Amino acid sequence: MTTKSRTRLSLALDILNHGGLLIVALVFLFPFFWMVTNAVRSNAEVMAYPVRILPQVFEWDNFAKAWTQLPFGRFFFNSMFVASSVTVITVIVSCLSGYAFARLKFPGRDALLMAYLGTLMVPAIMLIIPLFLIVNSLGMVNTFQGVILPVAFGTFGAFLMRQFFLSIPMELEEAARIDGASRLRILVSIIVPLSMPAIGLLSLFTFIAQWNNFLWPLIVMTGSDNATLPVGLTYFQTQQGTQWNFIMAGAALSMLPGVFLAILLQKLIYNSIALNAGMGGR
Amino acid sequence: MTAINDVTEVTGSQKRSRWGSRLDRREGRTAFFFLLPGLIGMVLFLVVPIIASVVLSFTNWKLLGTPQFVGISNYVRLFTADPQFWPVLRNTLFFTAEYLVLNIVISLGLAVWISSLKVGQRWFRVVFFLPTFTPGIAVAIVWMLIFAPGGFFDFVMRSMSIAMPNMLTDQTLAMQAVIIVSLWAGVGYNTVLFNAALDMVPQSYLEAARIDGANAWQRFWKIRLPLISPTLFFGTVMTAITSLQVFDQIYVMTRGGPGNATATLGYAIYQRGFQNFQMGYASTIAWVMFAMIMALTAVQFWLQRKWVHYDN
Repeated sequence: MTTKSRTRLSLALDILNHGGLLIVALVFLFPFFWMVTNAVRSNAEVMAYPVRILPQVFEWDNFAKAWTQLPFGRFFFNSMFVASSVTVITVIVSCLSGYAFARLKFPGRDALLMAYLGTLMVPAIMLIIPLFLIVNSLGMVNTFQGVILPVAFGTFGAFLMRQFFLSIPMELEEAARIDGASRLRILVSIIVPLSMPAIGLLSLFTFIAQWNNFLWPLIVMTGSDNATLPVGLTYFQTQQGTQWNFIMAGAALSMLPGVFLAILLQKLIYNSIALNAGMGGR
Repeated sequence: MTAINDVTEVTGSQKRSRWGSRLDRREGRTAFFFLLPGLIGMVLFLVVPIIASVVLSFTNWKLLGTPQFVGISNYVRLFTADPQFWPVLRNTLFFTAEYLVLNIVISLGLAVWISSLKVGQRWFRVVFFLPTFTPGIAVAIVWMLIFAPGGFFDFVMRSMSIAMPNMLTDQTLAMQAVIIVSLWAGVGYNTVLFNAALDMVPQSYLEAARIDGANAWQRFWKIRLPLISPTLFFGTVMTAITSLQVFDQIYVMTRGGPGNATATLGYAIYQRGFQNFQMGYASTIAWVMFAMIMALTAVQFWLQRKWVHYDN
């Protein structure tokens, strides 16, 4: 075999290799395609047999109808409000605790940190019953605070921020301390601006986790208008004669922020998962 | 105050320790206020619920009325009298076993495939990662339409002249439908995780092996796989923990049916707790789930000595 034909062979194999995975990826993306193309059909056409791959008539205003009539628009804002609130509380609380763990001396610090880490072992689904009873006794069933507060105090954020704060050189805050700045002042005006990568990561994963959360809002929002989008989607799924086209439009709506963020922040996501991959070993 | 402190630090160790302890006390007070919001939240929404859950599991509370302490009779009933418990346990283990194996195999395969590409690695990573960033409920609803009677899946099967019952209403196929959806929604994270680990394998190792005459197959089994085995282990443990808790897909697609065919522990907790309002009994199931998670994790940590290769 000549060198020329060998390179030609390896090029052909390369194209085959890329093409093969491209086909796999397109098949993998099919449910997204099916969701969007069924959202813009009439309901009669969604149910029609034999199945058509593409709609005969594109009813783009189904999205507008789903937004206003069902009311997925309202659910969308509920989701946005819940996920954003949890994110803001989580970031503030995590920065405060993380700073105490990283920079302040107090008795029992290491034991408390271990306790924080230990709580990560407890699966969320185990606590829904006592959490519901607590929310119920506080009179917060069917309220936003009932959905938001119980999930806003996860301990992972404190640990993440502590790890990041430890990597910030001590000298940066010592000058401020000599000038008499308080710890809170130092945290807000020196440490936090330097910690934006970690805060961004914590915000991203907290927001997505809460945007996608289902079981907890399902239990707290018992059939009310305050439902988040995932819970709202199931309201219309149980009835017979389901309006599949509108539900697909609602599903597409609920996927929008995640898809957008996953594409936009792919590098940040990859780096954070790569960090896990590195830590998994060592 | 801090200025004085600086002076003492220069002048004497004896004085410094006195200043130091007062400073420590002040630092302790600052730390207390910094930790307070998190601690209140943690006690109210984590510590109290954990304790309450243990206590509840020994009562027969049904939300209305006063809870009565019933000792271990919930646990006894669960293992000896409840006709639904063993099927639920079997379904959960079945789901976890099949899902875990397929998830790891598929995501590792995809990760290796992606890492072999010369162009577009990051776009393929994004494609497979997308579902993990979207609501599991929306994913399940879309797949429900695909699997619906007379839906896309039935249509494809019939056009290929494969006679098969509807996935969601068949006693054995329903669980397979749930697993397919879970895989679609879940392989992306591990794919990116394993792909990142493969990226970290030093090229020089692979180059050296190639020069020594190792082919691609040998390089994978003898070099890349052992080197990423700690990450593989991490992914396996995390995936096992989440799959024992499966709920969303089942709630949307099958509601545990047909019959009991897809009822898992997570679904049983929801059903007993929030449909029958048996808060005590549901808490008992929750602790059985916790015990299973701990046991499975312990087994994996024990098994890792046989297959996970640590550098140092």
